[in-house]
Amino acid sequence: MNSCLSKREKLIFEKSMPGHKAYFLPKGSTPKVDIEEMIPAGMIRKVEARLPQVSEIDVARHFTRLSNLNFGVDTGFYPLGSCTMKYNPKINEAMARMPGFIWLHPYQDPSTVQGAMQLMYELDVSLAEILGMDKMTLQPAAGAHGELTGIKVIKAYHDKRGDFKRTKVIVPDSAHGTNPATARMAGLGVVEIKSNANGEVDVEALRAAVGDDTAALMLTNPNTLGLFESQIKEIAEVVHEAGGLLYYDGANANAIIGVSRPGDMGFDVVHVNVHKTFSTPHGGGGPGAGPVGVKGFLAPFLPKPTVEYNDVEDEYYFDYDRPDTIGRMKAFYGNFGVLVKTYCYIRALGAEGIKEAAEMAVLNANYLKALISEDYEIAQDRLCKHEFVATPKRQSEYGIHTTDIAKRMLDYGYHPPTIYFPLIVDEAMMFEPTETESKDTLDEFAAVMAEIAKECRENPEIVKSAPNCTVVGRPDEVKAAKQQILRWEDFKL
Amino acid sequence: MNYLAATEADKQKMLERIGLDSMEDLFTDIPDNVKLNRALNLPEGMSEYELKKKIKSMSSQNQNMDQVISFLGGGAYDHYMPALVDHLLSRSEWYTAYTPYQPEISQGTLQNIFEFQTMVCELFGMEVSNASVYDGANALCEAMIMTTDRKKEIILSGAIHPEYIETVETYANGLGVEVKTAGLKGTITSIDELKASITDKTGAVAVQYPNFFGNIEDLQAIADLAHEHKAMFIVVVGDIISMGMLEAPGNLGADIVVGEGMSLAGPINFSGPSIGLMATTKKNVRKLPGRMVGMTDDKDGRRAFVLTLQAREQHIRREKALSNICSNQALHALATNITLCTLGTKGLKEMALKSMRNANYAMRRFTAIEGVELINGGHYFNEFALKLPVSAKLLNKRLLKKDIFGCVDLSRFYPERVNEGLFFLSEFRTKEEIDLVAQYMEVIFNEQLFK
Repeated sequence: MNSCLSKREKLIFEKSMPGHKAYFLPKGSTPKVDIEEMIPAGMIRKVEARLPQVSEIDVARHFTRLSNLNFGVDTGFYPLGSCTMKYNPKINEAMARMPGFIWLHPYQDPSTVQGAMQLMYELDVSLAEILGMDKMTLQPAAGAHGELTGIKVIKAYHDKRGDFKRTKVIVPDSAHGTNPATARMAGLGVVEIKSNANGEVDVEALRAAVGDDTAALMLTNPNTLGLFESQIKEIAEVVHEAGGLLYYDGANANAIIGVSRPGDMGFDVVHVNVHKTFSTPHGGGGPGAGPVGVKGFLAPFLPKPTVEYNDVEDEYYFDYDRPDTIGRMKAFYGNFGVLVKTYCYIRALGAEGIKEAAEMAVLNANYLKALISEDYEIAQDRLCKHEFVATPKRQSEYGIHTTDIAKRMLDYGYHPPTIYFPLIVDEAMMFEPTETESKDTLDEFAAVMAEIAKECRENPEIVKSAPNCTVVGRPDEVKAAKQQILRWEDFKL
Repeated sequence: MNYLAATEADKQKMLERIGLDSMEDLFTDIPDNVKLNRALNLPEGMSEYELKKKIKSMSSQNQNMDQVISFLGGGAYDHYMPALVDHLLSRSEWYTAYTPYQPEISQGTLQNIFEFQTMVCELFGMEVSNASVYDGANALCEAMIMTTDRKKEIILSGAIHPEYIETVETYANGLGVEVKTAGLKGTITSIDELKASITDKTGAVAVQYPNFFGNIEDLQAIADLAHEHKAMFIVVVGDIISMGMLEAPGNLGADIVVGEGMSLAGPINFSGPSIGLMATTKKNVRKLPGRMVGMTDDKDGRRAFVLTLQAREQHIRREKALSNICSNQALHALATNITLCTLGTKGLKEMALKSMRNANYAMRRFTAIEGVELINGGHYFNEFALKLPVSAKLLNKRLLKKDIFGCVDLSRFYPERVNEGLFFLSEFRTKEEIDLVAQYMEVIFNEQLFK
């Protein structure tokens, strides 16, 4: 990271020179037009967008150099908890770029997109099987988008039955921030319940919280401590008996695919982040996709259109005729290009490979936990699933915080774990190695963690001042929020 | 096929280290009654070669736009995409990274978003933008949420993309927000209807520009009306390329500007990944959802970029956050940035002009055919709606036989508009292609005279 080439890069606006250009458009064969006649007075662009003027090689170099300032899964180990930064298979990238997929318009005649619809339909059926659900929607563009879709489906179900008083969503205090935010976005209230001493849902607290106002419980299993909710059947019973439904936040599904299914645990609605469990790349923060699956009784409420197959005509079609639908969560059909990669991953792995992935993800997590536990406290030191939470409790006497350790990892060429989450663990560091990492990588990483622990004892300043080898040091976040330079123009002012 | 990196020997050593005997022992914490205890009912895995063959065969069943003459638009517009874009975003430092939570090793992604925010502001004539949202429809939903926290009513022009309207209605349901739709005069928002429906409870008025039918709305007049009633004015930009020719909504009274950026971000991909663009004024910055990047310094005074104003977001505010969004469409923001760097101010304008020129020629050529009329005499950019002597469905069916993707059949959204179709012209279309299609249309219409 600290080689001469990894220098900071000027903004593209600072490289702009009048007269440079990088585009070549067709000359055009239709007659010229009178702009004044085409566009109403006062609506012809007067103030032009100030876009950079650069040549093609400038663009190529700018974005290549900027890419050098990034760290991806292909750069190195990325144990970011709850984000499942597994390897992104290259064959999937190639398949998603097939001309017969990328050059499809959403309003083409259905007879000309049967291959694409077949892919969507088969993905729907495959995901439903993996999750133990009956029907999916592929429309949501991300996990949080899937959550909102699922909670809206649940609300629509209660409303359809005339059960309008169900306005509360229960979430454990260990939940992802999107869960309570989703409930609010759906117009529902949030009831937070505390976890018990084992880091699991406190069933008694849940029993006390449910009632005739309960719309749903949102739960991730394994939870954000990486622990499987051992009382899941009982949890489901408590919620169902109260008339509520169970929502499965699939952010942590990588631990259980092929081993256990949310549908069999008692969940009624599930979303999965295909950019986590199903290997599609995160893209620096999207695009992902968050397909949602439901049990049969909720299928009528799914957004329109769904993808269906007519076995008489041997024809795939979009079903818009859905009178009980919640409506639509996005224009058109969803992040199709991402779904192609998901489909490829499932077809490549097959039933066996999917189970192996979960097994190996869990083995890697438990192995790394064992190695790291030699130098760091583990929040719940027992059999974990795909991730675990450690803390710098033993390092705190040297004035070391989680941030310091995370930043020091950067100097050693590793991406840090998720930090300060879950909120129920003080100074949390959440590690998720994923199944695609080798034993050697985990051994090397653990050795570095041991080295950092030693530095905390012997030379804490080097840890507190980290990172020292990156292109920039810790940015001043307070200043960023205060001065609000959010575009080039703000800087020039 | 799988993508695992451990050997059997490794697995044994690892199991030993954690004191377990077998892989099954890793799952003893899962109660038996929720274990699957059977293999998933999925086809067997495939080798890379088999997978490639399978996917090739599926994709080749589709007829792709690149091989035909297409006039399809209706919210998904195909424009020139520089080769640079896919080439550069295929660098795995870009696409295999996560959200830039560790700024010291994410300056690439962060700087890209900063440049992207700048360009979105430039296109729309606004002051602040975010790192993008899922798509144009979601951008409008987020704008609705921003503007209806106190005054719980929004008026949407009936000339906004019908699927956007449906999405807003879906989001509004549950939030206690009333969504009103203002009717049209022909294919343009009726100012009289707007006037009749706006009240002091109206939080925002939203209009599409160019609208769903390709027409150019009188933004300033609607802005003035909205502002008279202390409502916010939201502009949904139709084809983003229009920003090369049309006055920026920010200069015509818009408080929030949103739009779909796909035409700058990559092939249409059967509609996604899409990218929702959002921009507003500084005054509204704390209401803007999603990630935002700001410029700052590190402790040695070096320029650095960082996610900022995070107190707005779900991971901090939880149930008090206005939006639950976390992942956006970052890689598409990169693509948008690369395209706009390539085009520059002049390229965007040239593209817009050539697209508009083609539309003008096609409109004149098609309406010269007997029985074909431009539905609205008003101004249009690169897309227009025609009244046809036959159903749009029939025309499309016939044209498809000649490897032509005709028009967006408007009866798909408006059952009464059976003989109406929406034609979009990109800068790719040539005079020869337009003439050829016009000739086919004449033949098709003439044949129908005998039926």
